[in-house]
Formats: sequence, C-alpha cells, structure tokens
Amino acid sequence: MTGMTRRDILHCAAGGAVLLAVRPAAATPAAMQEAIRQVVGSARLTPGRMQLSVPPLSENGNTVPCTVTVESAMTAQDHVKAIHIFNEKNPQPNVISMQLGPRAGRASVSTRIRLSETQTVTAIAQMSDGSFRSHSANVIVTQGACLEDTP
Amino acid sequence: MSRALISVPPKAKKGEVVQIKALIQHVMETGFRPNSSGVLLPRDIITSFKCLYNGTEVFACEMFPAMAANPFLTFHTLATESGTLEFQWTGDNGFSVKESAKIQVE
Amino acid sequence: MRRRPRGFLAALVVAATAGAALAQAPPGERRTGYELLGPTTKAMQDDDMANPGMLWVLDGEALWARPAGSAGKACAGCHGDAAESMKGVAARYPAFDDKAGRPIDLEQRINQCRVDRQEAPALARESRELNALTVFIARQSRSLPIEDVVAKDERLKPFLEAGKALFERRQGQLNLSCAQCHEELWDKHLAGNTISQAHPTGYPQYRLEWQTLGSLQRRLRNCLIGLRAETYAYGAPEYVDLALYLMWRARGLPIEAPAVRP
Ligand code: HEC
Ligand code: HEC
Repeated sequence: MTGMTRRDILHCAAGGAVLLAVRPAAATPAAMQEAIRQVVGSARLTPGRMQLSVPPLSENGNTVPCTVTVESAMTAQDHVKAIHIFNEKNPQPNVISMQLGPRAGRASVSTRIRLSETQTVTAIAQMSDGSFRSHSANVIVTQGACLEDTP
Repeated sequence: MSRALISVPPKAKKGEVVQIKALIQHVMETGFRPNSSGVLLPRDIITSFKCLYNGTEVFACEMFPAMAANPFLTFHTLATESGTLEFQWTGDNGFSVKESAKIQVE
Repeated sequence: MRRRPRGFLAALVVAATAGAALAQAPPGERRTGYELLGPTTKAMQDDDMANPGMLWVLDGEALWARPAGSAGKACAGCHGDAAESMKGVAARYPAFDDKAGRPIDLEQRINQCRVDRQEAPALARESRELNALTVFIARQSRSLPIEDVVAKDERLKPFLEAGKALFERRQGQLNLSCAQCHEELWDKHLAGNTISQAHPTGYPQYRLEWQTLGSLQRRLRNCLIGLRAETYAYGAPEYVDLALYLMWRARGLPIEAPAVRP
C-alpha cells in the first residue's frame, strides 16, 4: 500500500462529512422545542396512545420512511385534528403538518423524511378536545459510502 | 411535467376505511445545500398538498425542506359515496399539479 | 456529525489485501443487492405505488408514445406495445452491434433508434428522457432471467475478457479492485452500506443517496470515485465492457428494474 495515507483511505467514506461542514447551522433540540410550542401553545404534551414508527437504523438519511398512528375512534366528537412531525438537527425543525378529521376513519399516516444526522424525531397529535399527545424516536443515520461529487 | 402516482381502491363498501397513497416527482431542493462552488442552491419544494373527496377536503398538509425528494404520503379516508378524489400539490416557482381518481362505493 | 467507525475502511483494505485468490460466488450463492436491503427499503421497491422509480417508468411510457424528430415517428409507431416488443430485451444487453463493431448498452441502442429512425438528436447520458426510456424498457423484463449473451454470440468474448480484467484490476489511490470488495467482502459493512455482489439486476435504479433515478454507469462511476480512481466519460467502452462482464456474472438472476438501493 505504497503512498497511501490513512486520510486517503478514509476519503471515500468521509466525503459527505466535508459537505455537512459548510451547511448552515443546524436546528437544535431547543429550536425543535420552540417549533413544537408554536403548535401546542401552553397545552401539556402527554406521551402515549400514539406511535411514531421509524427504522432505528436508517439506510440513508435522504429518505427515512416513517409512520404515525394515533389511537382514536375518529368520530365527530372524538378525533385527531392534526399530526405534526419535527426533527432536532436538520437546518429547520419542521418536517410536515397534516390536517385530518373524522372523515379520515383511521388516524394513520406515513411519509418519507430527510435526516441530516443521527437524532430524535418527534410526532405530535392534536386531538379534537384540545389535548396534545406526543411520541419520539431516535434514528441512527449512517452515511453512504463512496459519495459522488455534488452538482 | 411532473409525474404522480396515486393509489385509490377502485371499489369500496360504504363506511369502509380505505388507504390512499400519493407519490409525486419533485427534487425538493432544500435551499440549504451548496453547489460545488459553495453557492446555496435556491429552495424549490412542494409546500402543500390536499385531497378533496367530491369537493370536500379530507386531508391536507404543509411540507418543509425536510421532506424527502419525490414526496410520498399515505393516509386514510372513509368511503362515503361514489365519486372523485382530487389531489392537488402546490409549491415554489408556481409548481401546481392536479390529479384525480374515481371511487365506486356500494 | 454523523458517527461511523473510523478506521474501518483501513481495516477493510488490509483484509482485502490479505485475501486469498479471488473466486466468483457459485450460482447458488449469488445474491442480488435486494437481499441485503433492510425491510423498509425492500418494501419501497416491492410496491409499485410506493417505488419512486415507477415515476420514471411513467415518464418513459409517455415518451414511448410521443412522436419525435424530423421523421415524426414515435417509438410505439414502429415497436407497438412495449410489453410485447420489449419483453426480455433488457435481459440481453449489452449486445453486439454490427455498426459499432463492439457491444453497446441499452442506452446506446435507444439512441441509435433516436438518431437513425426518428432522426432526432441523441439523448444525453443521465438525462431524464434517456433514463426514463431505458427504465421503461427494462421494466418490461421484470422477473425475467438475465441471459448468457456471450454463449449466444462469440463476438462478445474479447469484450467480456476486457470487462473481467477491469473488474479484477487494482486501481485508484485505494489500490483496490472491484472484485476485492464485491467478491470477497460482500455482506460486510462499509460506512452505512452493506457491500453487495454488484449484480446489475435493477438498472436504471432509484438510489436514495442520489434522490433520483440513475443508470448503471452512474453507479460504476460512484464506485470509481470511491476508489479515487479515474472515471471514464459516460458512454465510454470501458463502462460497457464492465457492464457486459457484470451481466454475465449475474446470468440467470431476475431483472428487478427499477430497483431501490440506499
Ligand atoms: C422507424 C421505426 C422505428 C422507430 C421510430 C424506433 N425504432 Fe427501435 N428499432 C427499429 C427496428 C427496425 C429495430 C430492429 C432492427 C435493427 O436492429 O435496427 C429496432 C430496434 C430497437 C431496439 C433493440 C431491440 C432488440 O431486440 O435488441 C430497441 C431497444 C429500440 N429499437 C428502442 C426504440 C426506442 C426507445 C424508440 C423511440 C425513442 C425506437 N426504438 C424508435 C425501428 C424503430
Ligand atoms: C471499497 C469497496 C468497493 C469497491 C472497490 C468497489 N465497490 Fe462497488 N459498491 C461498493 C458499495 C459499498 C456499494 C453499495 C452497496 C452495494 O450495492 O453493494 C457498491 C455498489 C456497486 C454496484 C451496485 C449493486 C446494486 O445492487 O445495484 C455495482 C454494480 C458495483 N458496485 C460495481 C463495482 C465495480 C464495477 C467496481 C470496480 C470499478 C466496484 N464496484 C468497486 C463498494 C465498492
């Protein structure tokens, strides 16, 4: 292995880290809390009776599948009004805000999100009685090998 | 032209909960990514999506740059009556796509 | 910052260098990259309504039917229903082309029709149109086994040998061969990825890293960049020879385009 330094060897897998360094400051856990406050106001967040499912180890942070399911009868009197997803460390804490109602029949939604690095993702459910539920999950984001040059 | 794939069961029983899937082609450029010369690529994302069932909104959402490219959504709706489900995506730079699907409820 | 075990690649290089003589996995042990995927990525590939690659298949279907060039003819005008006329075609490319006097890949074959039959300018490599037409045609071979084209056409033999030599040659600043990773170290982890046996069963494919659909040549280019080796220009004969060798190694495995990979 003549003429090869450890730096060279690592380059292939470390290329993406260099790119991350020039990105603007990431959102912080505090920024996520602030974004959540914007939605829930002074209401209390109760954990439980809902589930945020994400793969604990994502194969690529560019596309992380996630599903949110909330226990609810989904009747006119008692239903989920909205589901919000937040992240801690992307440049911006908001991911998606979804409006549901009794016409949904079932409070279960899924989508695919981007995560810049390993972090906690939080889903919030806004109920028709004015209460809020939450569930958080940690996702380990690994970095792809052999990244190509950016456009 | 942006392609979209919509999955709606063509037939359902009245009162049945049906699953809807919507996939649309879009780069979802975050606005936080520099090009090779270090200049940030301008944000170009879909910002909102909604689904109307015979004209009534049954699902809507607001999206942010943290949504993956080629946004994918699944949600549910109660099959209430036969008719049309309409899907609308809007976003930066005047992006606007509409698709529709028929559902027969018996 | 993303965490990954530092020094891992260094350890891997040592392991590969110390490795015994290269052996191709026998047919029974041949595994496509699909088998190494996590459950959510598998699910993304399996459901046509959730597989983003299908958006390009739709694109290709529209292009197939649209008249183009000064001949004003659509692909469909001559080839009719692609489900009939293009079935199995992707399973036997690269194929020997008389005019070129060497193998050409499916993209080059499509561009021949673009130029000669439609009298339209060739589509650029990696352009949305060319990838869309290619994936639309490849989709018509889904589940069909990759053919042993070399057994049927002796003229391909020297190009297969050239591809094999490229696959086994050490290159780049990492001084590694394709074979060291893809034959000795498959199933091992490299950064976030599990190294596969490099079977080109699903191209053009939707790669999460790219956030779009890309060709086999783009994937090969990524591996070369990873090795810090020189890349070839898109469409270069080296890529086609490599593709021919990879398809031959994968003979019998089913086409799965558009595949989804991390
Ligand atoms: C004017 C008629 C015509 C048009 C238009 C045309 N083709 Fe062809 N194509 C042919 C003929 C004839 C052949 C086979 C004979 C040959 O080798 O040239 C062929 C061969 C092919 C093959 C190789 C098939 C195989 O079995 O190896 C592919 C792939 C193909 N065409 C794709 C396309 C695509 C994609 C388009 C539209 C962009 C297109 N063609 C437009 C006439 C046409
Ligand atoms: C340092 C190890 C390494 C070397 C050397 C290497 N690759 Fe790869 N290759 C990878 C990794 C990691 C992936 C992504 C995971 C996977 O699909 O194997 C990959 C993916 C591939 C794939 C995609 C397989 C699929 O399922 O879509 C092909 C094809 C491929 N490589 C071919 C090559 C060729 C040809 C060379 C030599 C020019 C080469 N690789 C050199 C590590 C390597």
